[in-house]
Amino acid sequence: MIKTSARPPARRRRRVARGKLTAWLFIAPLLIVNVLVIAGPGLMSVYYSFTDWDGLDQADFVWFSNYTDLIGDPDFRRALLHNLLWTVFFLVVPMSMGLLGAFLLSRIRRGQLLFRVLFFIPYVIATVVSATVWRQILSPTSGIGPALSNLGIPLLDDVNFLGDGDIALGAVAFINNWQWWGFLVVIFLAAMQGIEPSLYEAARMDGAGAWREFWNITLPSIRPTFMFLSLMTVIWSFLVFDYVYILTQGGPAGSTDVLSTVMYRAAFSEQQAGYASAIGVMLALISAGTVCGYLYLRRRLRWDI
Amino acid sequence: MTAVPALDRGRPRSHAKRRGSRRTAKHPVAYLILSILALYAIGPMVVFVLASLKTPSEISESPLGLPGEFRWDNFATAWVEANMGAGLMNSVVIAVSTAVGVCVIAGCAAYALTRLDLPKPGVFILYLLVASSLPIQLFLVPLLSLWTKIGLYDSRFGLIVIYWAIYSPFATLLIRSFLIAVPKEYEAAARIDGAGEIRVFTRIVFPLVWPGILTAGLVAGLQAYNEFLLAVTFIQDSENLPASISLYSFQQGFSPNWALVSAAGLIMVLPVLALFIALQRRFVEGYTSSGMSG
Repeated sequence: MIKTSARPPARRRRRVARGKLTAWLFIAPLLIVNVLVIAGPGLMSVYYSFTDWDGLDQADFVWFSNYTDLIGDPDFRRALLHNLLWTVFFLVVPMSMGLLGAFLLSRIRRGQLLFRVLFFIPYVIATVVSATVWRQILSPTSGIGPALSNLGIPLLDDVNFLGDGDIALGAVAFINNWQWWGFLVVIFLAAMQGIEPSLYEAARMDGAGAWREFWNITLPSIRPTFMFLSLMTVIWSFLVFDYVYILTQGGPAGSTDVLSTVMYRAAFSEQQAGYASAIGVMLALISAGTVCGYLYLRRRLRWDI
Repeated sequence: MTAVPALDRGRPRSHAKRRGSRRTAKHPVAYLILSILALYAIGPMVVFVLASLKTPSEISESPLGLPGEFRWDNFATAWVEANMGAGLMNSVVIAVSTAVGVCVIAGCAAYALTRLDLPKPGVFILYLLVASSLPIQLFLVPLLSLWTKIGLYDSRFGLIVIYWAIYSPFATLLIRSFLIAVPKEYEAAARIDGAGEIRVFTRIVFPLVWPGILTAGLVAGLQAYNEFLLAVTFIQDSENLPASISLYSFQQGFSPNWALVSAAGLIMVLPVLALFIALQRRFVEGYTSSGMSG
């Protein structure tokens, strides 16, 4: 009796141990590349942000001086302001266009698939290519300005969209929006297709128009998606890099600088890798802070968002 | 001979059209706004395609007009001058290796998370969520220094490893959601028959979840093909440059040759567009799950 019951647990333990080993082997590749590329260098960045590292070997501990320098750096503050303006733009313009496109698509049957593909095409085009497309269209010598004046409309004749510091940031944001909003249409549409049709029928019985249907049924029903995308918009707006770097490199005279381009310059042209690491850590903190703030509002203050 | 079938086909088509226009008439404003939005999305691409077939002087004379004569040789010139041939080759190698690697890495990890005896899978999932939301900017500078030290800087393989790391977490979560939907009884039956883990995975599980794996691979491959920040940072040698960076250097400068730049850009975009239009449902599915995971 004792003999027979003693054997299976030992075997089972062995099998459990072997099962654990297999499990670790299966997840090992993911963990190895992740630690090597993300976690390891991420932690090193935190360390280097407290040093005066030049990007090569020299790294002396300087405590918080990179961070205090950041706060006093007019370039950093201007870039932060541009990121905030960028956030507001992307929370308003592409979100509205995405909601409008998705709501209209959800109400038609014929051509829905075609419109969805057309709206989504800019999103699959590489950033470099869409930046190039728009650089040409906005070019003061061979773009829309000269084209209009050929037609006798000299409206945009002397407008240099990407070369004029007053409007360059808006132009870059406009170009980024061209690629971005169609993605939002597709996501919002997928969320809207999950809404119970009986809700709309009930509203129609009450004689609600399209606007009231959108406001009272569609928007509340897709609120989780809407909030998630708003959250992502805030995070991505602080990390924007590609379009600014390709189109203006932060210029003219810093008028389109964002945190990422300031960081890139510090790291790779000014040999201030410690300072750049501090900006990188700030960016990660902004992302984390946004998520935590959202969770705090939802979980602790029980905001219904 | 051609006229008769044309007439024959003409009637039902016009009938269908009439029915269509009646349904369209239900939402004229919706269709109008949607058409304007579609024009905004596609118009710039049309201008771009036209520019790639013009001469530079035609572009500056009438930027939005039709070309006098279609200059297909712009593509041949751009292929060589902008180094797009080599760039495209590098990009395809990078995108395919990224896609395959991400599928293997994420497939195995998702399998371990859902099927194998992994202690505390919740902790791993939390780590994946955090890792996939950390900004590249956080680890970019030390990563470059590390890659230089271990000889992975300026190599396609080095860039591919980075893509594996940053695209695997999302792919793992995506494939995991497919695996959860597969009943475990199938595998239990195979294990009773004495099949090993690898056999169970390749014979039983994989055939059931391959749509999820394909979607994850497509999304990762496309992201790698289009990626800019890491490519411009980690590749220096012109032999290894992906198409995105070849195009980036080619379009720089105050007044580039827009005809050739457009042709070079189209060379980069056409393979993606063809793949997207062929597999658009799967692409949309993949991106939708990334946008709705909230």
